[in-house]
Amino acid sequence: MTEPAAGVIHDIGYQRYQGARLGRRYAVRALYTHSLRTAYGLGRSAKSKVFPWLVVGIVGIVAVVVTAVRAVAGEVVLTYPGLPDAVFPLLILFGAIAGPELLSRDLHSGVLSLYFSRPVRRSDYALAKLAALVSAIWLLLAGAQLVMYLGAVFTVDGWSAIWDETTDLAGGLLYSAVHALVVAALAVLIASLLSRRAVAAPIVVAAFLVTLPVVGLLEAVGGETARQISGLFSPGTLVLGVRAWLFGSGVDDVPDLGGFEPLYAVVTLGLVAACVGLLLVRYRKVRA
Amino acid sequence: MRRGSPAAYREPVSLIATEALTKRYGGRVTALDDLTVSVEPGIVGLVGANGAGKSTLIKILLGLLPPTSGTARVLDLDPLRQAEQVRARVGYMPEHDCLPPDLIAAELVTHLARVSGLPRTAARERASETLRHVGLYEERYRQVGGYSTGMRQRVKLAQALVHDPDLLLLDEPTNGLDPAGRDAMLELISRIGTEFGISIVVCSHLLGEVERICDSLVAIDAGRLLRADRISSMTGATGVLVVEVDEGTDELAEALAGLSVRRDGPALLVPVTGEETYDLVLRAVAERDLPLHRLDQRHHRVAELFGGKP
Repeated sequence: MTEPAAGVIHDIGYQRYQGARLGRRYAVRALYTHSLRTAYGLGRSAKSKVFPWLVVGIVGIVAVVVTAVRAVAGEVVLTYPGLPDAVFPLLILFGAIAGPELLSRDLHSGVLSLYFSRPVRRSDYALAKLAALVSAIWLLLAGAQLVMYLGAVFTVDGWSAIWDETTDLAGGLLYSAVHALVVAALAVLIASLLSRRAVAAPIVVAAFLVTLPVVGLLEAVGGETARQISGLFSPGTLVLGVRAWLFGSGVDDVPDLGGFEPLYAVVTLGLVAACVGLLLVRYRKVRA
Repeated sequence: MRRGSPAAYREPVSLIATEALTKRYGGRVTALDDLTVSVEPGIVGLVGANGAGKSTLIKILLGLLPPTSGTARVLDLDPLRQAEQVRARVGYMPEHDCLPPDLIAAELVTHLARVSGLPRTAARERASETLRHVGLYEERYRQVGGYSTGMRQRVKLAQALVHDPDLLLLDEPTNGLDPAGRDAMLELISRIGTEFGISIVVCSHLLGEVERICDSLVAIDAGRLLRADRISSMTGATGVLVVEVDEGTDELAEALAGLSVRRDGPALLVPVTGEETYDLVLRAVAERDLPLHRLDQRHHRVAELFGGKP
């Protein structure tokens, strides 16, 4: 009989995993939450938090100022749908930073082969990334709109006024989702094609600006109809057309589109669908 | 039973089986050519020169590439139709660099464990534990970008192991490592295969490296199977006795003619058929009072069995 071992075994050895193995849906959700955090630079270096939180800060300040003006002077400087329009350049900036952060970085580092050798499919990956950026942009806008709403609720009198405010907010949140979809779809598609973030970011910005002169030209030289459909040619004015379709024109700077509003909605839908389609094609082919 | 008990490990179930597997890229480049092979559980070396089709085979086994024709089965599953089940039970360590430099190793491995289906808490625990098993301790809270090649290879191995797979596919795991790093990595792989009870396929273009740790070898060249067998059947019992005497070589050769002896320069090669071969040789030398210079057994090198090809 040998003596029992006197020492303590420090290395407990390899332990087999006997716990739950959740399937593909869980895996996609894990990828989505990880990407959403990445969009805000969470779990990353301080450097990658700068731009997202700068945008959050500025949009937040806009919301606070608008709320304060309304509380003090009783004047509505910006409606709920007006907010995303007002901060649109910041949304482009956010998309141009976060999109490449989510997709180009993965292309560059080669981590895709680690994802694709796991239960997620290629399309799952692409859609999780898109959903993460849509959510990130929407949360940014929705947060600011919620600040405006909370300020308003304490300002207005009566339950019916609060109800009106609530339906206005709901409309604003819906319109924010349209913004988030358009910005994210374009940013994600462009980022999926370029593996260098420094290249992808300016190209995303360019994609939103490059067709603006077309809009300007049509407005300047075209007739009535040309003016009314000119907005179709640039993402920013396209989304504004959807606003006219959803809430009517006249408020803020929403133009009168003379019955072309549904066309704006259809083209927006088509643009987003085309981006998603191309994104899926891209990830079917991408080397892993 | 999933796997793991020694009895299950030794069962002659097929770990990987391919049948006339062929892969052509763009209809012209043939990466795999009518490959039929069956591999039993254990540590398997997949050897071949660069471009022999090793990585293509691995990608087909993972369901990342569809074969042009033929079939493949992994853990008795179809990697194309049952890709999710296969990938949930297989861990893959790619050949190329695949780690995002600005992530902390522990967080990256935790995240990848979750993508493999492990719940959040389990993922974190397994990530820590696995990184410890591959030899990363305090360093695991640092960004991967600051790691040495050796540490990066360990993180790549850890992410393949974190979800406790039944099969590990390691593509050139010693790439870029110095000799000491190579030895450490091979020892780690050997431990995973023997102590952890996980079957492993190790791809390498260096035969000498994998033959040290593998139970069996599959050699492919230009997408074709050269040979697949257990190491023991390649090197065992096929020994040759080398006898060298300072004088009287012809006399001895004559005496041992019944053992189908061959001349090899100044030496005589006697195939070993059993224990009695030694006695016969020694008696022949002693009876003639010849000055024995050398008597030793030579194993076939695996490389010779593959016809000199790596």
